[in-house]
Amino acid sequence: MTDMLLSINGDEYPVVVDTRETLLDTLRERLDLTGAKKGCDHGQCGACTVLVDGRRVKSCLTLTVTLDDREITTVEGLADGDRPHPLQAAFIAHDAFQCGYCTPGQLCSAVGMLAEAAAGWPSVVTEDVCAEPVLDEEEIRERMSGNLCRCGAYVNIVAAIGEVAR
Amino acid sequence: MTTTARPYVGTALDRVEGMEKVTGRARYAYEHSPDELAYAVPVQASIARGEVRAIDVQAALTIPGVIAIIWHRNAPRLAPADNAELSVLQSARVAYRGQYIAVAVAETLQAAGEAARSLSVDYAGEPHDTELRADHPGLYRPEKVNAGYPTDSEHGDPDAAMEAAPIRVDATYSTPAEHNNPMEPHATVARWDADGLTLYDSTQGASAVRATLAALFTMPPANVRVIASHVGGGFGSKGQPLAPVVLAALAAKHVTRPVKLAVPRQQMFAVTGYRTPTIQRVRLGADVDGRLTAIVHEAIEQCSTIREFAEQTTTPTRIMYAAPNRRTTHRVVKLDVPTPSWMRAPGEAPGMFALESAMDELAIACGIDPVELRVRNEPDADPESGEPFSSRNLVACLREGARRFGWADRDPTPGARLVGRTLIGTGVAASTYPAYRSPSQASARLEPDGRYTVRIAATDIGTGARTVLTQIAADALRTSPDRVTVEIGDSALPPATLAGGSMGTASWGTAVVRACEALREQVSRSGDLPSAGLEAAADTKEEIGAQERFSRHAFGAQFAEVGVDVDTGEARVLRLLGVFAAGRIVNPKTARSQFIGGMTMGLSTALFEESLMDREFGDYLNRDLAQYHVAACADVRDIEAVWIEEDDPHLNPMGTKGIGEIGIVGTAAAIANAVHHATGIRIRDLPIRLDKLLR
Ligand code: FES
Ligand code: FES
Repeated sequence: MTDMLLSINGDEYPVVVDTRETLLDTLRERLDLTGAKKGCDHGQCGACTVLVDGRRVKSCLTLTVTLDDREITTVEGLADGDRPHPLQAAFIAHDAFQCGYCTPGQLCSAVGMLAEAAAGWPSVVTEDVCAEPVLDEEEIRERMSGNLCRCGAYVNIVAAIGEVAR
Repeated sequence: MTTTARPYVGTALDRVEGMEKVTGRARYAYEHSPDELAYAVPVQASIARGEVRAIDVQAALTIPGVIAIIWHRNAPRLAPADNAELSVLQSARVAYRGQYIAVAVAETLQAAGEAARSLSVDYAGEPHDTELRADHPGLYRPEKVNAGYPTDSEHGDPDAAMEAAPIRVDATYSTPAEHNNPMEPHATVARWDADGLTLYDSTQGASAVRATLAALFTMPPANVRVIASHVGGGFGSKGQPLAPVVLAALAAKHVTRPVKLAVPRQQMFAVTGYRTPTIQRVRLGADVDGRLTAIVHEAIEQCSTIREFAEQTTTPTRIMYAAPNRRTTHRVVKLDVPTPSWMRAPGEAPGMFALESAMDELAIACGIDPVELRVRNEPDADPESGEPFSSRNLVACLREGARRFGWADRDPTPGARLVGRTLIGTGVAASTYPAYRSPSQASARLEPDGRYTVRIAATDIGTGARTVLTQIAADALRTSPDRVTVEIGDSALPPATLAGGSMGTASWGTAVVRACEALREQVSRSGDLPSAGLEAAADTKEEIGAQERFSRHAFGAQFAEVGVDVDTGEARVLRLLGVFAAGRIVNPKTARSQFIGGMTMGLSTALFEESLMDREFGDYLNRDLAQYHVAACADVRDIEAVWIEEDDPHLNPMGTKGIGEIGIVGTAAAIANAVHHATGIRIRDLPIRLDKLLR
């Protein structure tokens, strides 16, 4: 067991964690931050996606003890008080979810993805890797393919993200 | 019966729990943490058949934090169950690889996981048989198939009619085992106290879980409470209580503490049900104009040795097309395999892949357009029961789909459209799903502050049930949705049928309408509102028992355009259009999501999904989401779903047919037919893998 201080959604959480423990289990089982979901525990579904220093990571593949001095953002930290994040509002407007279990991961992933595109990162479908990427549907689909949705809300997810990206 | 068309039914209300879901506040089963909680990790058998002779638990019990290892020697006893899947840890027998044989309970998930891994199990193994074959000597005729349908049906003389038919199709199609894989693994938090058992459970039907668990633990149902506020998908796999929920309750009883249990994704491939593989022979006989004279559809499928589950694979063929001579059959073999169960449109989905592929083959054999062929074989009444259809708009769906899709100028020649290195093709198939309804109860209450509360033990597994029931209640109460709170997902509410069989809205909606009508009557009788408010209840058992005899089904048509890479054989769905006729649509926004979600799963079935049986060790080889492929975002391009309004007075007060499953029915056939059009290669066994397209 290890003592540490986690910084999550702008708040500090002193915790004692098992060294085998993943960030996902720390969030869900120790801190009652149950927004991040466990779909596979193996890095294969994206339901557990959170942001660490603004970059998307799969929290089921991240050991909590590696997160000293890192800023963690979960779905609970996306809204500005009562004002939903534009992506959250767009997900509701476009019905970009059904059961909602993949949704926190989709949202965190989309926030991270928009930042990656804004920073000029190309994807495998980017035609000109030197130019500023344009987030058309094909780019969004490619960049969001690490987040599975078994309810099949992809077309609405792409529409919701597309609206915010424009 | 007249149907209600009022202001809010038919409008695109946003999901009422949308904000909770996008902010992470919505709590799913595993996210409840009572005090004194312990964690359970189940252990699976690593033989396919035999007995557990002994389990050495010593090493596990020395791990810090481990509370107990429970197996058949020390497990609490359960009452005998009809479904032997539920008799968890009650005997030494192992009926399939992956069956639960023990559970480790510990203070933390990590300690429980380590304990589960450290057990050493001594087995007496026996030879196993896990291979489904069309010539298996163990094939038998089950007494009935799922949903209570007759196993076989026969009309006229199909063999003689086949013999005499100038045009014949005789082909065998197969579909693989497929796993539901909802994104939320099955999970339960179980807590015992003086009042009995409380379960936070990921289930499609809280009332059914209550009844089953009460019987297993020999308690009155009133002593069991099942809460399922939010459920992360199920697609049938959470439709009935299975081993995991029983194991959680049993573990909590043994350690006398609340216990949390989530089925690890890998374990879901054995203990949470799946779609049986099928082998289907379809024979169609027609005259030269494409009019069917004979339809024969025979299906072979598997189940486990401990529970018969016979999927109704050929039942859609009983209602689809007119033909005087017809036969449908089902044969099942009991193998040493996990128990199959419901997966979205059990029966219809694999059955219509076969029938609608065969119709495409017949269209080619007759030289008739496949849309026209279907129109030509449209029956006037249910071709087997003779009952009138309450409404049937398959032809309208085909015509509207053809118009929107741009079908008119299609050149039927296969393998004739090469664009760059991609062969392009288009295909069509029909969809259908029965319109069921089951008895349910509901209550409606006018609160002292003038708001309304409607209660029913319905479940929202992502279908939008909470939202559409709010709309239905608002209309029945002549108020607006923002003045209505619908409480669902709790067995303490008036008992209701499960979220399954695409019958939720029809069943729950009927109960809600009747309760709301009763409340309005009370209100008008009572004059002043009493300080405690007013409440009324309804039970739809009699109403549904007395309904008129009609053949009630939703129909649809799906059109696909595919591109097949000539160098790699990779097939991509470029466009998918579904046109459905499913009664009145309560909420166009959530309904479109349901249709598109089903079609997306259908696309996934067509191209990716396949659980491969390892005959040597007797289990499914691909047991996670890296190896069991489901469609990802990049696989799904242009999908659209639209519908034809139906005003059907023979259904229920809302005039609705179910929409949760029809979207997956026919999709795989439309795609396979398009692949044939693109390449000239007929794929009769799903999925359409690239190795099958490379020549
Ligand atoms: S739970 Fe982390 S990727 Fe699936
Ligand atoms: S909304 Fe259910 S898995 Fe995506």
